[in-house]
Amino acid sequence: MGNMKNDITAGPGAPAKKEGLRAWLTSDTPNSRGHAKVVQFYLGWLSLTRNPLAMVGLAIVVSLVLVSLFAPLLATHDPLAQALQLRLLPPLSPDHILGTDELGRDIYSRLVYGAGITLYIVTLVAVTAPVAGLIVGTVAGYLGGWVEVVLMRLTDIFLAFPRLILALAFVAALGPGIENAVLAIAITSWPPYARVARAETLTIRNSDFINAIQLQGASTARIVIGHVTPLCLSSVIIRVTLDMAGIILTAAGLGFLGLGAQPPTPEWGAMISTGRKFLLGQWWVAAMPGLAIFTVSLGFNLLGDGLRDVLDPRSSK
Amino acid sequence: MSGTSRSENLAGEKATSLPPTFRAHRMTRNLLAALRLLATISATFLGLLCVTFFIGRVIPIDPVISVVGERASAEIYEATFKAMGLDKPLYEQFYIYVGKVLTGEFGESMLTARPVMEDIRRVFPATLELATVATIFGVILGIPLGVVAAVYQGRWVDQLIRAVGLFGYSMPIFWLGLMGLLVFYGVLDWVSGPGRLDIVYDDMIPPVTGVLLIDSLIEGDMDIFANAFSHIVLPASVLGYYSLAYISRMTRSFMLEQLSQEYITTARVKGLSEFRVIWRHALGNVMVPLITVIALSYANLLEGSVLTELVFSWPGLGYYITNALLAADMNAVLGGTVVVGSVFIGLNLLSDFLYRFVDPRAK
Repeated sequence: MGNMKNDITAGPGAPAKKEGLRAWLTSDTPNSRGHAKVVQFYLGWLSLTRNPLAMVGLAIVVSLVLVSLFAPLLATHDPLAQALQLRLLPPLSPDHILGTDELGRDIYSRLVYGAGITLYIVTLVAVTAPVAGLIVGTVAGYLGGWVEVVLMRLTDIFLAFPRLILALAFVAALGPGIENAVLAIAITSWPPYARVARAETLTIRNSDFINAIQLQGASTARIVIGHVTPLCLSSVIIRVTLDMAGIILTAAGLGFLGLGAQPPTPEWGAMISTGRKFLLGQWWVAAMPGLAIFTVSLGFNLLGDGLRDVLDPRSSK
Repeated sequence: MSGTSRSENLAGEKATSLPPTFRAHRMTRNLLAALRLLATISATFLGLLCVTFFIGRVIPIDPVISVVGERASAEIYEATFKAMGLDKPLYEQFYIYVGKVLTGEFGESMLTARPVMEDIRRVFPATLELATVATIFGVILGIPLGVVAAVYQGRWVDQLIRAVGLFGYSMPIFWLGLMGLLVFYGVLDWVSGPGRLDIVYDDMIPPVTGVLLIDSLIEGDMDIFANAFSHIVLPASVLGYYSLAYISRMTRSFMLEQLSQEYITTARVKGLSEFRVIWRHALGNVMVPLITVIALSYANLLEGSVLTELVFSWPGLGYYITNALLAADMNAVLGGTVVVGSVFIGLNLLSDFLYRFVDPRAK
């Protein structure tokens, strides 16, 4: 955004200023690389806003972030405070809008704090697994030869595994806990990114601009990091957004099994697990956290679908 | 369809009229392909064993303590250390491990005090039964839904079916199971609760296949069949909803591709009924890639059944693995992982093979 001022004053400038920001954002004659990027981003954003379902998804994801940021303000109670005389109150009770659990803790406040844990898990997986996959995929695709054979065979082996069971086995060996759950999910979810990145790399490996950089004497690392990776990013980002829902569900599943976040942490999956004991009598203890998980993963799914249509026109039908 | 069979005939005639050297050449090529396939399988399987070996022997800081406990005397510790072969170098340990797995020996389960392989053989039919019924559910509903969505592309029917699929993708399966139990067992009382049979029927029929729906039919006991059915309906629908979401989505996109082809226009111009064009001509061509999708979703269900089995106390492989997991019974966990992984690899291969077998173009 730093270029914005420069571009407006440096370009044919004045008319753009008069017609306002919108004209500048949709200009088909960008004045600089930065401007072109902004325009491209804005046009993508516009076509995303035309998809109402994707906007619903975006709203859900943004609220997840906001809720986890402002949890202390939004929560009405301390998520860990027990009040045994108020245990298992039904929803819409005075002072406890979603009811209380078996230790009298306010379910609404626990859900609000749980949003942060979900976001934490998703973010950690989202910054580790795709990066690993990108490195493996681009290096394999660019170098080719035996490096590619070895790396892709490794990827295929991991792809051929049942993911959840493998994650379970990893957590069993590492011991339960959020970090170990994240590690297990990351270890089992990088291969698809490697596949995607390699496929993209293969299509650009022999293009003219890569040849030109090679002739200029750029090192392999520079080409892979500076020129190949950025072009693979959009496919990988789509994949990540679409996978987010799966990551949330796997994390919740691990929590449900007692292998993720440990009590008394208000993790949604673990909350369902305690609610299971009261299912037939006090349904809300299990139902509410499940609704939260469902909403968030639906949001990521909707957003991912919309993003795919915007960023990858080939697959949109 | 007649077009494809004709081209197949042509290829067949060509094959018989080829000179012997060509035929020999083709045989070596087939042999090479088979060898390559074998190499892929063994590499993948070996990779699976590498990972389970790594999880079982390398990640735990001291595998002996996890077996004998922290208060064991030094002699017992030494003896176990030797007995587990930990004094040997790592590669030799791995070699021994692979040998044991190949002969179906996963050690003894601490939880049940029986060989893990025996346990798995006992619980596997339950998982197979659940996954199969769920897949049937997913196929019977998923394919028509996908076809209808493609035919009415962009209309409200399409949007509705898409929403049904998206909901399936977004719902935690264990929560869906719990809510299903709450509504259909707790409130409405339409189906039976957790487990495979009511307790009264336990051990009433001899296990022939281990699959209760079949065993009860062999025995001719319709009461037990009905009871087993009312137990399996809910978990199978919950699990099947998952594969329904996947199958209908894939069917839709395959169908869209076919419906835009010229042969569809030709069929319509010929005056064929719309029903015939869609359900015979287009769907017929879609069935080939769909077989792969169904095989893959079947493999995923075997795995997805872990959480479902836990919720419904379904005594299958997933239930076995999770219980072993919570008791830190690593032999059982790793044995189960190897078995599920092998089935997974096997189904992947089968889908690959079926694809080649069914689609004449892939030859």
